Amino acid sequence: MPRKKATKKRRNEADENGARAARPFWSGTLTFGLVSVPVDLYPGTRTNRAPLRMLGPKGEPLSRRYFSQKTSKDLEDDEMIRGYEIDKDKYVVVTDEELERLAPESSRDIDLRRFVDLQSIPPLYFDRSYFLAPSAGSEKAYQLLAATMDKEDLAGVATFVMRGKEYLVAIFPENGILRAETMRFPDEIRSPKQVDLPEKTKVPAATVKKFEKLIAKHSEKHLSLKELKDEKTEQLMKLVEKKRKQHKDIIEVEEADRDEGKVVDLMEVLKKSLAGKRKAA
Amino acid sequence: MAARAIWKGDLKLDSTKVPVKLYSAVQDQTVRFHILDVKSKHRVKQHMVEADSGEEVANEEIQKGFEVDPGRFVILDEKELASLEPKASREIKVEQFIPPAEIPPEYYDRPYYLGPDGDSAAYFALAEALQNQEKEAVVRWVMRKQLYVGAIRVDNDYLVLYTLRNAEEVLSTKDLPRPAGRAPDKKELSMAKQLIELLKGEFNPKDYKDEYRARVMEFVEKKAKGHKPKLHLVKTKKKTTSLDSVLTKSIAALKKQKKAA
Repeated sequence: MPRKKATKKRRNEADENGARAARPFWSGTLTFGLVSVPVDLYPGTRTNRAPLRMLGPKGEPLSRRYFSQKTSKDLEDDEMIRGYEIDKDKYVVVTDEELERLAPESSRDIDLRRFVDLQSIPPLYFDRSYFLAPSAGSEKAYQLLAATMDKEDLAGVATFVMRGKEYLVAIFPENGILRAETMRFPDEIRSPKQVDLPEKTKVPAATVKKFEKLIAKHSEKHLSLKELKDEKTEQLMKLVEKKRKQHKDIIEVEEADRDEGKVVDLMEVLKKSLAGKRKAA
Repeated sequence: MAARAIWKGDLKLDSTKVPVKLYSAVQDQTVRFHILDVKSKHRVKQHMVEADSGEEVANEEIQKGFEVDPGRFVILDEKELASLEPKASREIKVEQFIPPAEIPPEYYDRPYYLGPDGDSAAYFALAEALQNQEKEAVVRWVMRKQLYVGAIRVDNDYLVLYTLRNAEEVLSTKDLPRPAGRAPDKKELSMAKQLIELLKGEFNPKDYKDEYRARVMEFVEKKAKGHKPKLHLVKTKKKTTSLDSVLTKSIAALKKQKKAA
């Protein structure tokens, strides 16, 4: 019954690569001093440029569903709940509302109480990358913050709670746009001691010199961009192109109201947001 | 407890080899929840179904396809996908050395410690040389059937290897328009500079704790004991004032704080 299907809730909407997230991932307020800047947060990375689709034996598109182990029935979003395992197969149920209420009001704003030299943050801390776009009416304050940080290569540091998790974040401008890098908390980074790396031993000066010479020999001023090419996808695309030209293993399926798996262009969403087109007033 | 090495190989620089072991440098502390069936409170499982009929499809019947045009797929079988895997190797090959600020933060993905495998003199000598020259190495290697591009930096005498995201994964601000709206004027800029100057400091990771994680765990423990802790929904208040007056107030408040301290 396709009509019934259409009313069903979209499953697993919170995908972490943001490919489908046309709306902001999160909306909130950035503050510095008493100045508040309402912002929308968007993912700054996409995980897979050329995703392979899972298809059935006749080529029918597949989707991933949750099902109950007890009844073997597929479950809708409202038939599932979050549980913390306290003993084997014993869970404490926690609702979205409880998680939200556990976050004090002050933790929902990104309050930039400290500004640091961006280069002084060891990359060990950096986790995921996001963009902040000004939301309605905050363009001026947003630009002011970006311009001020840009002059001295500063990053604003803060913690905030977003979607049931607290984040440590560094916010800094790039071409007038604010990037938000989420960072690992110190207890999420192992020390060399915890890993049990040996203590530094005294090293012969001659060996150090030898390495320094090798380093100098292979040093370049800039990172060569060819290093960062997505070779894996390029090879996959070559193989796909070859087979397409040979008309090998091609399956056609009806396009009828298939919206699952469609990719929203994150770049287009961001462009609109920055141009102020999401603005309500 | 000592961590286990997840990979070992040789760091190769021209014909010089430094034997290394690889260890994860991170330990995720996120509170782990499971998804439960709301009725039975049992864990749920996932399976693949036909999108239209909802009929289950067995794993061995699943094919992988790339959508070349809307609704048109080129099917790739396991053998073809395996042919795309890089050749297995035990070498981390150094491609070039560059100044540390060259790679923007958004490219860094996962960090790993490199530890010496036997010859620790060569290992610490390389770390010292990198430190002295203020350089980081750009490397490539194959691990778990994947080709990785990475950067090696020195952190407190030890070599840290980061996997790097590729250029297609990272959205570039170069392709984005600058935000709309009027640019701030001179007065606003100078006031904002004053304000940020008062908030400048060092990056001290120890100043930051995941307090929310602790609150969630405390709540879970209370619930496990049969208590029902009360939670109040907090409301968000709205603030609307002119940028100019807010900047002035902020600066005054911070200066007062600094004097008192």
